[in-house]
Amino acid sequence: MSTLTDPPQEQFRLSMLVNDTRYRSLTFQAIAALVLALAIWYLGNNLIQNLRAAGLNISYNFLGDRSGYDIAQRLVEYDSQSSHARAAVVGILNTLLVAFLACITATIFGVIAGVLRLSNNWLVSKLMAVYVEIFRNIPVLIWIIIIFTIMTAVMPGPREFRGADPSASMVFDLFAFTNRGVYTPMPLFANGLFASAALNWLLVLAVLVGSFFVMRKVNANATQKQEETGIRPNTLYIGLAVWIIPVVVLMLIMGLTWEVPELKGFNFKGGIKIGGPLIALWFALSIYTGAFIAENVRAGIQAISKGQTEAAAALGMRPGRIMNLVVLPQALRVIIPPLISNFLNITKNSSLAIAVGYADITATLGGVTLNQTGRAIECVLLLMLFYLTASLLISMVMNVYNSSVKLKER
Amino acid sequence: MSDKQNNPIAFVADGVIPESPPPARDTGAYKWVRENLFSSVPNSILTLFALALLYSLLSNTVPWMWNGIWTTSSLAECREILQGKSGACFSVLSERWNQLLYGFKYPGDQYWRPNLALVLLLVALAPVLFFDLPRKLLAFTVVYPFLAFWLIWGGTIMVPIVALVGFAVAAVVFQKLGKGSFAAGFFGAIVAALVIWKVGGMLIPEGASESAMLSPVPSRDLGGFMLNMMLGVTCVSLSVPLGIALALGRQSSMPLIKWICVVFIEFVRGVPLITLLFVASVMLSYFFPPDATVDLFLRVVIMITLFSAAYIAEVIRGGLAALPKGQYEAADSLGLDYPQAMRLIILPQALKISIPGIVNVAVGLFKDTTLVSVISMFDMVGMIRGPILASTEWNGVYWELLGFAAALFFVVCYGISQYSQWLERRLATGHR
Repeated sequence: MSTLTDPPQEQFRLSMLVNDTRYRSLTFQAIAALVLALAIWYLGNNLIQNLRAAGLNISYNFLGDRSGYDIAQRLVEYDSQSSHARAAVVGILNTLLVAFLACITATIFGVIAGVLRLSNNWLVSKLMAVYVEIFRNIPVLIWIIIIFTIMTAVMPGPREFRGADPSASMVFDLFAFTNRGVYTPMPLFANGLFASAALNWLLVLAVLVGSFFVMRKVNANATQKQEETGIRPNTLYIGLAVWIIPVVVLMLIMGLTWEVPELKGFNFKGGIKIGGPLIALWFALSIYTGAFIAENVRAGIQAISKGQTEAAAALGMRPGRIMNLVVLPQALRVIIPPLISNFLNITKNSSLAIAVGYADITATLGGVTLNQTGRAIECVLLLMLFYLTASLLISMVMNVYNSSVKLKER
Repeated sequence: MSDKQNNPIAFVADGVIPESPPPARDTGAYKWVRENLFSSVPNSILTLFALALLYSLLSNTVPWMWNGIWTTSSLAECREILQGKSGACFSVLSERWNQLLYGFKYPGDQYWRPNLALVLLLVALAPVLFFDLPRKLLAFTVVYPFLAFWLIWGGTIMVPIVALVGFAVAAVVFQKLGKGSFAAGFFGAIVAALVIWKVGGMLIPEGASESAMLSPVPSRDLGGFMLNMMLGVTCVSLSVPLGIALALGRQSSMPLIKWICVVFIEFVRGVPLITLLFVASVMLSYFFPPDATVDLFLRVVIMITLFSAAYIAEVIRGGLAALPKGQYEAADSLGLDYPQAMRLIILPQALKISIPGIVNVAVGLFKDTTLVSVISMFDMVGMIRGPILASTEWNGVYWELLGFAAALFFVVCYGISQYSQWLERRLATGHR
């Protein structure tokens, strides 16, 4: 009669830390932790010694001090009496502004170029191929400098708009392209409902959001009617009315006027001034990243098999609807992930603003503030923190959008 | 039926009708133009628009380049010769040629050294880029970094030789010990190399650099396009091994190592290169020992290498993820341990898949080397914006200089991307 015995209990021996794959990973991690701790201790120790030798410390109090420098392009109130923290906020807003503008225009350029590159017009598709290759293969810094040079060295000075027979003139008498920036008309409310302009604009925005929701309701009703009767009611005129009438009425009530820039003294006065550095950065980032987006769009459209287009055509759809209803929804799934990383690249490349003197966060916090206060470590850390947060937020938002257009597998 | 049988057929062709040429509007250039340029109304409008654009571009640039002047010594002289005509002042290129390529401080009688280093670089790269070349040429590739260091920086030849010997001894130790255990070989090799470098460092006599065959050139004297090339080549070649290590670390089953790699990669990819260059220029020196002086070039190389290593790691991670799981399992079932499986089975395939991505990162990195001009290093863009445009002779010569820089970068980057496409076709042996 044999009795079943448990297998002998394996004793843990020290040699198993090296020889047994089950425990070896623990050894490696312990070594890694040790090396990491040693490295941190070594670097931290060096840092403390160096700071002590230079008589410095780590402190963020400088953020409250008076900054003492001016910023030409700003979205919020700021002057040289404001604090360094305020300057950093101006910089953050400027970074977000140029990144936002460039993302929109780069997408427009990229989609147009990508679609035209697939055009059956030989000349146009070759031109777009040349555009993509030229802009992808030359550093973005060189493009920024080239466009900045156009803005400052080629555009006429305000002086040349003067006199009976000026050598330069305003476009449609509304826009002035000068070497100090571009001046455009500014909408103003003569008798706004609120005292501050920002609140008035928020009101306009709120009305537009309201129109959006009304429009959604109208569309839902139309869809319901279509499902009941098979005929979709024409919503075009209702839609136009819902979008346009409330806003126009509001604008009329508040007395919308346009302040057109005018040549006064040595410079243009009035209107919105868009500085040369902003335009250089904005345009350069747009055409440079647009070339990358064009390639993504082309790849996305080409990834949709020809059978899809042919099947839709066999169902009797017109080319426009084939593109809108069949090809684009599928192509978007391929296009969006690289588009996200291109938006991230725009945000990060906007830090090149420092090369043309646009006051983004790198130029304010990492440039002037750093040089004035000498707080290198604090400034660079804050700078990295900002970009890290911005990158994470953008990729989070875009990932939400990506998952909403993703193929739903059931 | 019967009718037909009774009536003889009126006409029967008794030969083949000779082929007639297609109608004139369906042949040759006319057909091509009609089909490719004017097939519909919108297409015709697009074509005309494109032609107008092309004409306005060419009508401005062609005369400008055709009238270009190559031999004056200042912009004012150019303007005198042109007398208001549109024309380029290319003389800035011929006069400042050396500054654009080598920076303004590199000793003028030593230009042959970077030139030779560039030629040898092509020789060293050839066996890496083209697999058909004999494998023995790789020996030169191994020696090249040390040779190039000696050629460009000069000084005593003992420094690169000691470094090379250190690496060679490390390789031998790894071969001997690594057969038993990878870890033993790895750490043994590091210790051996450190010992050799320490001993070798003591053997080099003081002041050997001054009496050396090649006069020493300090790092801050490097500049121009040479600096872009050096940063690009050094950082790419250093960041590939680091990127592989990071990618493997990110895939590792050991949580601590995995999280170190994830945090590093995501952090570096989340910040712009400029902030890392700021770290190199103003912050990194705080983290070195107080008496150590690490020059700016080395600090920049460290930061750019870390930057591109994170991107390359992501590319390689994609390659690793694209491998079928069966490859990993097959390696395990053969009884290979982790280093063997990686070296013999996984990495050769994963790297092959990731080559186009790595080349993309390399092109991006090479373009990004222009950013060092922001932290006041005089690379090509730095030279143009700094010493050349600020000089009284050439103040205002924008297009010639920027166009030249753009053309140079375009040639190199376009060449690399064409190589990558060729390689992709070449390697497409495929998982059929």
